[in-house]
Amino acid sequence: MNERPIFETDALIAVDIGAYLEAHQSKSLLRFITCGSVDDGKSTLIGRLLYDSKMIFEDQLAALEADSARHGTQGDAVDFALLVDGLAAEREQGITIDVAYRFFATEKRKFIVADTPGHEQYTRNMVTGASTADLAVILVDARKGVLQQTRRHSYLVHLLGIRHVVLAVNKMDLVDYDRETFEAIREDYATFASEVGIENVTAIPISGFRGDNITPREDGAPSPSTPWYDGPSLIEHLESVELSATTAQDRAFRMAVQWVNRPAQDFRGFAGQIASGTVRPGDAVRIVPSGKVTTVAAIHTFDGELAEAVAGQSVTLTLADEVDCSRGDVIAAANDPVEASDQFCATMVWMDETAMKPGRGYWLKLGTKAVTAMIQPPKYEIDMTRLDRLAAKTLELNAIGVTEFATDQPIAFEPYATSRELGGFILIDKFTNATVAAGMIEFSLRRAQNVHWQPTTITREEHAALKNQTPRILWFTGLSGSGKSTIANEVEKQLALMNRHTFLLDGDNVRHGLNKDLGFTETDRIENIRRIGEVAKLMADAGLIVLTAFISPFRAERRMVRDMLPEGEFVEIFVDTPLEVAERRDVKGLYKKARAGELKNFTGIDSPYEAPEAAEIRVNTVDMTPAEAAQYIIQQILPLK
Amino acid sequence: MKALTHLERLEAEAIHIFREVVAEAEKPVMLYSVGKDSSVMLHLARKAFHPAPVPFPMLHVASGWDFRELLAHRDRTVAEYGLELIVAENEDAERDRINPFDTGSALYSQAQLTDPLKRALTQHGFDAAFGGGRRDEERARAKERIFSFRTATHRWDPKNQRPELWNLYNTKKTVGESIRVFPLSNWTELDIWQYIALEEIEIVPLYLSGPRPVVERDGMLLVVDDDRFRLRPGEVPQTRSVRFRTLGCYPLTGATPSEATDMNAIIQEMLLATGSERQGRAIDKGQAASMEDKKAQGYF
Repeated sequence: MNERPIFETDALIAVDIGAYLEAHQSKSLLRFITCGSVDDGKSTLIGRLLYDSKMIFEDQLAALEADSARHGTQGDAVDFALLVDGLAAEREQGITIDVAYRFFATEKRKFIVADTPGHEQYTRNMVTGASTADLAVILVDARKGVLQQTRRHSYLVHLLGIRHVVLAVNKMDLVDYDRETFEAIREDYATFASEVGIENVTAIPISGFRGDNITPREDGAPSPSTPWYDGPSLIEHLESVELSATTAQDRAFRMAVQWVNRPAQDFRGFAGQIASGTVRPGDAVRIVPSGKVTTVAAIHTFDGELAEAVAGQSVTLTLADEVDCSRGDVIAAANDPVEASDQFCATMVWMDETAMKPGRGYWLKLGTKAVTAMIQPPKYEIDMTRLDRLAAKTLELNAIGVTEFATDQPIAFEPYATSRELGGFILIDKFTNATVAAGMIEFSLRRAQNVHWQPTTITREEHAALKNQTPRILWFTGLSGSGKSTIANEVEKQLALMNRHTFLLDGDNVRHGLNKDLGFTETDRIENIRRIGEVAKLMADAGLIVLTAFISPFRAERRMVRDMLPEGEFVEIFVDTPLEVAERRDVKGLYKKARAGELKNFTGIDSPYEAPEAAEIRVNTVDMTPAEAAQYIIQQILPLK
Repeated sequence: MKALTHLERLEAEAIHIFREVVAEAEKPVMLYSVGKDSSVMLHLARKAFHPAPVPFPMLHVASGWDFRELLAHRDRTVAEYGLELIVAENEDAERDRINPFDTGSALYSQAQLTDPLKRALTQHGFDAAFGGGRRDEERARAKERIFSFRTATHRWDPKNQRPELWNLYNTKKTVGESIRVFPLSNWTELDIWQYIALEEIEIVPLYLSGPRPVVERDGMLLVVDDDRFRLRPGEVPQTRSVRFRTLGCYPLTGATPSEATDMNAIIQEMLLATGSERQGRAIDKGQAASMEDKKAQGYF
């Protein structure tokens, strides 16, 4: 069966290693992903590819045989699946539960395979594996045909921008290599694929277990078991598919700046990996978002200066003029630059156990830029099986939805459909540091792409100077009844006596006006704080000392407001009154109601209070009176000039 | 139009990874074992930051039982490229009690390699450490991320790794946590050798065949590198033409009989070989999941 003519130069290894190496030095690299349902034979197929391309050594084969006897599911035969099922826990369960990367090579190409699981709950892993793949092999069990999971996987493959799909109809040996069965599955899948938008499908009848139509035969004929099949073997197809890295060269030049290389005064190089296009010394380029235009002076590498560099290469550029350019900026072709925006519509795949919190600020990393992004509630969630839109208020683990978001500064981008490099992003939770979502930018929400901040003549510094003071936001946080409003009021009174211009924003008062449309769910509380933060910031821009008294129970929101302001301007004041004391006082009778179940989501009772970890100032109303606390706070913040 | 070869793509990817870490980490370090993978990593690091010097130190975990040629190569390389070298070793008192002849392999690697490594990372406050691990080496490695997170006690939790999408690496961490970064994740052993040949990277001569004093023990060919080697009754070192596919502590690393004295011959032997490269390491024997267990404890 396995003549392995794909390794025809193997004979050279023994007789002329130099010629062999020369033949193998200029291979290209194809990354692909395999996806299928449990028991579709994915691991067996990959094990077979590794085995057939001689990636398995004798000691590994011996270990495999021992493992096959212990855990194998193929009777006495060697279970190839055990070759690729990596972690001990998984081996015992007999399933793969994470993304594993495998390597093999043929005469023409080196391959990196992302092996991803078939379980429904592991959308996250499949998206991860698909993000770097040029091609997807979708496995279908010939006995079962196209399943719901096949449809989900195909949707994800398309979503992640994979243009080449192989429908591998596996286990043909178990349906007696029946042509009708194969054709029926092929047609069934073609209908679904065109609905999803997948254009390029190659269906191949295979048996991973028996090795049919995996590798080409010497005479170019299909496996003798499928004489009716006249297409390529899986390997032949993988060897001939066009690489996206090559097509990226046809697009306009873009490079995200990773690192500024300044070894000496006279050298200032911008290091990065070229996302698309080609670049030559003398090319006119534009720095985005600043918009400055200059030309490329030289392309530096360790191996000397280059006359040209192309997509995929990591280089260091020097520019003809001293323009402002740093990590996160994109250097782009001047006559066809990328856009910059701070408002987007994107498809997001939620990857964390904790659901999306609309309104909360997350880190967003796109290219080499990290910014804060404020996520809106999803416009809709997508049902991957039926391709329907579902109403949704948030996205749970493994859910996919379309969402709008705003960033705290403009970023250079391209739609994901144009560029994976400048259109794909991840979201990072600011507290757990977990990667919580993957996103693909659809378009910018800014109609006019050139709208930037309107520069005002009177700056915030001038506003403050007129008032002869330094703006501050004194952010009081603490439980209900802890004494925030009382102390804040006292602080404001004393500051007024000192001729300072102040304004006190109080929780209850704001809810009567600006935020009267908001309730007390977690999402609403986040939006409440976001609005207050924005208002406080405007007031600080006007030169005021702003005092805010809100429970503001979540660290993430307090941090969000802190991040909006210049360093040092946000002063977090923790009114650290214990819950027992606040509850005993119960000035507004709210604790009583909450305990009785009449008030939902009450902080300290059935909703958490996340105490500050490093508040600038900490006071309480047990050891000090409100006046003493206020006095103490003022001592800490003076001189305020 | 220029199609990048697989080695050019792997090189560009590794350079991108090096630069991301230097741009985002506070205090990176490179784990420099002086082996072939480390030599490739160092070469890539020099490429990534050229014309600036490599902007982080090299950390070598020396067990005290390293090949002399390896230490000489290390010192020569460090001097030639003007690198900062930190050598991590087990504490003296304990080092005297532990040796590769009497101590079991699990305790030995914990005491001489894993513990000194963890101590050095903590002492210097390194928050990112480059390692030469490759996904093709071993099954547990195949699922390792390129950026792999360690708790403040340097433990690896295979169930709690961050998804890694596109070429976007999340480097955020809290105080005490660190990242192990593997720029060679997607390289295979053949890629490493081809790249060494192509780029003419200098490696420890032990990888090339030469006449060396050898004893055969428990199915392994061990080179008697110095007079601390304890010969068993009846063992007489014989001069044989051998080389190493991997370099660990000399009394624990098996050599292979070989006549390969240049790079092409090495690759030829490798392609015709029937055993994987870790076969020569006593430390990796034992139960199939041993690498996974060791990684969980902080081994690279």
